[in-house]
Amino acid sequence: MNSPAASPVTNPATSELTGGGAVRRVAIAVAVLALVAVPYAIEQVYYVNIASQILLYAVFALGLNVLVGYAGLVSLGHAGLFGVAAYVVAYLLAAGHGHALAILAGLAAGLVATAGFAALALRATGISFIMITLALGEIIWGLAYRWISITGGDNGISVSTRPMPFGLSLDAPRAFYDATLIVFLLAVGAVAIFVRSPFGAALCGTRDQPRRMNALGYHVLMIRFWAFMFSGLLTSVAGILFVYYTEFISPQALALTASAEGLLMVISGGAGTLLGPVVGAALVVIVKNVVSAYITRWNFMLGAIFVAIVVFMPEGLVPGAVRLTRSAWQSASRQKGTTRNAAASAPRPQS
Amino acid sequence: MTALAVNDLCKSFGGLRVTTNVNLGVAAGERRLIIGPNGAGKTTLFNLITGEITPDSGSVALFGRDITRTPSRKRSHLGMARTYQIITLFTQDTIERNVTLALLGLSPLRWNPLLALDRQRHLLEQARAALKRVGLDHIAARPLAQTSYGERRRVEIAMALAQNPKLLLLDEPFAGLSIDERQDVRKLLATIPRDVTIVMIEHDMDTALDLVDRITLLHFGEVIVEGTRAEVVADPRTREVYLGE
Repeated sequence: MNSPAASPVTNPATSELTGGGAVRRVAIAVAVLALVAVPYAIEQVYYVNIASQILLYAVFALGLNVLVGYAGLVSLGHAGLFGVAAYVVAYLLAAGHGHALAILAGLAAGLVATAGFAALALRATGISFIMITLALGEIIWGLAYRWISITGGDNGISVSTRPMPFGLSLDAPRAFYDATLIVFLLAVGAVAIFVRSPFGAALCGTRDQPRRMNALGYHVLMIRFWAFMFSGLLTSVAGILFVYYTEFISPQALALTASAEGLLMVISGGAGTLLGPVVGAALVVIVKNVVSAYITRWNFMLGAIFVAIVVFMPEGLVPGAVRLTRSAWQSASRQKGTTRNAAASAPRPQS
Repeated sequence: MTALAVNDLCKSFGGLRVTTNVNLGVAAGERRLIIGPNGAGKTTLFNLITGEITPDSGSVALFGRDITRTPSRKRSHLGMARTYQIITLFTQDTIERNVTLALLGLSPLRWNPLLALDRQRHLLEQARAALKRVGLDHIAARPLAQTSYGERRRVEIAMALAQNPKLLLLDEPFAGLSIDERQDVRKLLATIPRDVTIVMIEHDMDTALDLVDRITLLHFGEVIVEGTRAEVVADPRTREVYLGE
């Protein structure tokens, strides 16, 4: 029997996937199966590619969410980190190196760039932090655009092959989707474990009450630094997936608009939640790629959707939907209770 | 043994001197009350002692160890804990989670990104024990947002006690409480064993006087009077600047 002392300490902000419960486990299993079935259910290659794009941008958004949602630090330069990893992989592959070396070097370069970003940006918080990350992102974009001998400038760098893990070719869209799905699930699992951990709790504490956390014995700056590194790792992974997905990288992929779209994914889905960035990534990628085929001014539509989310679900789509479902459920339960009470108190017919 | 020694501590914000050559010696196990009118520099003195503000000159020693240049976060690892005048808690979390965070602050586990915090039974048991001390164990799982002001004050104290401090700094622990709540907190503070030294800022003299051994009166950042309860209350300077007689 569980003693009261051993009852779990749940954090409402992080419990949507991390908490226990058979229903939740079944829901996760169904969601994973649905994701696995996507390329088989969708016949058109175009839409399988869109699904891959959603997953790789979801990894990007998950990484950004570590900083925005759990650390309370809004970055507008993450596309720069995304681009560093992508460019290093593309450059090494174009130079004739193997995929393993290119991927490892891409991750390493992404982490080094992240450490540089963190060392400079964490000197500030709030608006100053946003502006420093914006400036650093623009520096990376400027290098990609102007350092033509390395990056190819506006022409970018093409990648001619995809890796073959365990001898399996990723050239086919379905195979690439499967590989992206595995990476995506690993990323979701890593973030779920991270958020439930003592370090994750400490990070959320530094977001909510940094002064108090300092007084309690936490090294606030170092906690933020390692969170930034974790965020940079996921962002680099997304950058590497991106360069293999498009088989091309150009400065456009790390422009300010790419950072802003990442932020839009996190905020629209629900910052500080596990599934919010995934839903946000799906929303942005679908509007950008699918809806744009039918509506010329798709940017306007994306903006309108974002405004609607801010007005009706300011906490984001996932927590907003949970809130609305709960209140609808409670109101239905109350109504049911009232009807039952009324029926019980009604005079019974005399026989 | 001296638990806390403050020597010639000075602090200015621009041209405003908020602490002027403050000297304070608190013996181990002592209960010390810091009083003074608003703006006397009481909370600033606490912030200087805890390291949240760096002094311009002077020194602070904790049980004989000079901690003047020790970062604020490390002072809690040396046995110093505090509560805040303006309640500073994690409102999105449960009461138990708040206390668990206090315990985690002194544990090497705080760097672990892999273990599940809700499975660290020893931390949870310690959190429950701290909450039992302040009489909140029965509502441990309640979100902090659904608690009363008095309960939050007690959570603050539970968080400080959970860290097993040697020196406990309480910044107005009775502020904003009802008469009944004040009595509850007073009883709670009276149960803290003497191996914990307490320095307390408080305006409510009626409630606080019984708890303390000595009193220090601050005025415009300077120590005006210091002594036993009877000495300080009887001193005409106390009446002049604080009691208003």
